[in-house]
Amino acid sequence: MVVVDDLHIVYRVYGAGGDRGTAATALLRILGRKTRGSIREVHAIRGMSFVAYRGDAVGVIGRNGSGKSTLLRAVAGLLPPEQGNVYTTGEASLLGVNAALLEDLTGERNVILGCLAMGMTKQEAKDKYQSIVDFSGVGEFIDLPMKTYSSGMGSRLRFAIAASKSHDVLLVDEALATGDAEFRVKSHARIEELRQEAGTVFLVAHNLEEVEMTCNRVIWMERGKIVTQGTDVIGIIDQYIAASGGKPVDRDPQTGERVGERVGAREHAKA
Amino acid sequence: MSNDRRLSAPGQLLIGPDEDTPSGDLPDVPLPELAAQFGLRPSAARPPVMGYLRQLWRRTSFIMAFATARNIAMYTEARLGQLWQVLTPLLNAGVYFLIFGVLLKINRGIPDYLGFLVTGVFVFNFTQRAVISTSTVITNSLPLIRALQFPRASLPLAYVMIEFQQMLLSMAVLAIILVSPLCHEPVTWYWLLAIPALMLQTIFNIGIGLLVARVGSTVNDFSQLLPFLMRTWLYLSGVLFSIAALQIRTHRWAIALLEINPAALYITLMRNSLLLSQRLSAPGSKPYNARLCALWNTKAKIYWYDSAYCHFYANPDHFWEFGIGWAVLALVVGFWFFWRAEAKYGRG
Repeated sequence: MVVVDDLHIVYRVYGAGGDRGTAATALLRILGRKTRGSIREVHAIRGMSFVAYRGDAVGVIGRNGSGKSTLLRAVAGLLPPEQGNVYTTGEASLLGVNAALLEDLTGERNVILGCLAMGMTKQEAKDKYQSIVDFSGVGEFIDLPMKTYSSGMGSRLRFAIAASKSHDVLLVDEALATGDAEFRVKSHARIEELRQEAGTVFLVAHNLEEVEMTCNRVIWMERGKIVTQGTDVIGIIDQYIAASGGKPVDRDPQTGERVGERVGAREHAKA
Repeated sequence: MSNDRRLSAPGQLLIGPDEDTPSGDLPDVPLPELAAQFGLRPSAARPPVMGYLRQLWRRTSFIMAFATARNIAMYTEARLGQLWQVLTPLLNAGVYFLIFGVLLKINRGIPDYLGFLVTGVFVFNFTQRAVISTSTVITNSLPLIRALQFPRASLPLAYVMIEFQQMLLSMAVLAIILVSPLCHEPVTWYWLLAIPALMLQTIFNIGIGLLVARVGSTVNDFSQLLPFLMRTWLYLSGVLFSIAALQIRTHRWAIALLEINPAALYITLMRNSLLLSQRLSAPGSKPYNARLCALWNTKAKIYWYDSAYCHFYANPDHFWEFGIGWAVLALVVGFWFFWRAEAKYGRG
């Protein structure tokens, strides 16, 4: 369960324009006792409040730069709030596209290190190893350095590592977008399992179909604020599409389901 | 499977985001009360000291595995590979010996200069590398910090462990140099004292590493300044020459202070355990004799051991106590200082 109460997040960016960045301007700034003009504050989340319960899968939608990834980091406790608070049960784990482990090391070592960092013992990490490798589908490349992986292979392995443990709160940041069809079906099934293990799942995705299939609750945010939120997933998504000027989705008037669906993925979401 | 029906979010937003934020289906209870009711905790809160220590303890195997993995990764690109772990300390000692032993002949007053120098360089290097690498550990590990939730102190700890593993190899190299015909150092039971000396220095390095890690995470200018601080510390710690032979030795308290500074102290502890010549020539180890003491450091090689007839500056009987004191002090202060900012690491 996650409670977010009037959350504000501010990034401080150094060296963001201002002066020309030469030694002379730096000296003038110090002599003139001016504050560093090149620090810029970016108010990324501007007062958000919501509650997500056990077994909820919350989809977070919005345009690029609306603060979705920042919100996830804040819920995970990785970014300290400027104002307000985030309350969670236990530990929240973020699964992002850029959750880089050690690029120079082999996939094998990355699996073990990732497991240990999540607090597993050596034995647990060893026991989980084979199932992680199988799940990721990296196969024979597991003993190559991770920097040689394609981005799809890398994020599959990272997802497999993070999903090997059951989390109280799991935050997924577009990690599934890179996988192939088979892997997406597998990862949907795994997220469904995690939800049933009494966890709360957050999903950031630009692929709205994915949100529709996986989530029972949606938050639509723009410029660090909530536009709409609620359990009417289909309604909010349609509103969002209409607001952003996209083409409306063809839906079956009775069930609200999309007409002409991808069958395989849908079966999984229902199961 | 085609991607053409995948919906994205292009175009301009038609609903202004600055309109009143709808409360959606928020419960009527104030949210902090609701959180308390379900027993939730703030996600970015700093855990209490004991809880933090327990979390760290559970990450021991992560710290060790991380250090080993980094150590291996460090040289995977180099053609000579892991050989560099041994070559680096050897070359280091070689450079200093060439300049200070052969070219400058600064070894006046120090018997068995090569062993003296190499021991000093290796011991100081351990602290120097630990301090410099931990000063950037937080900025270097931002992706990891922003991806996974774990006690951040494991990172500086792992970096010190990397240097510790390197130091163990350096010590093996040192042992070989000492027993080789270059030094003819006898292997005695005193060598066992190198183990507690190294342990104390490692604890000290962990403490100071934690301290430097937090300072380096907020003050970016710090890593620019650090090389100069470290070089000053190097020359103040008697790595290349004997502190007791400095011109300022008439100010006895100044020499005593230099001798008990942590770097000089751990170097002295290591030298005294490994080098017979150092144990024999330590000031104060023989009854005071003004004539013999005056001869030391002024005349030929035969008088080099006569420093033993001089008064000591800082009492060598208490060096181990000082060593323990520095280690404990650094660890407690460093840990407390690092833990205070636990929730703040990771802000860009």
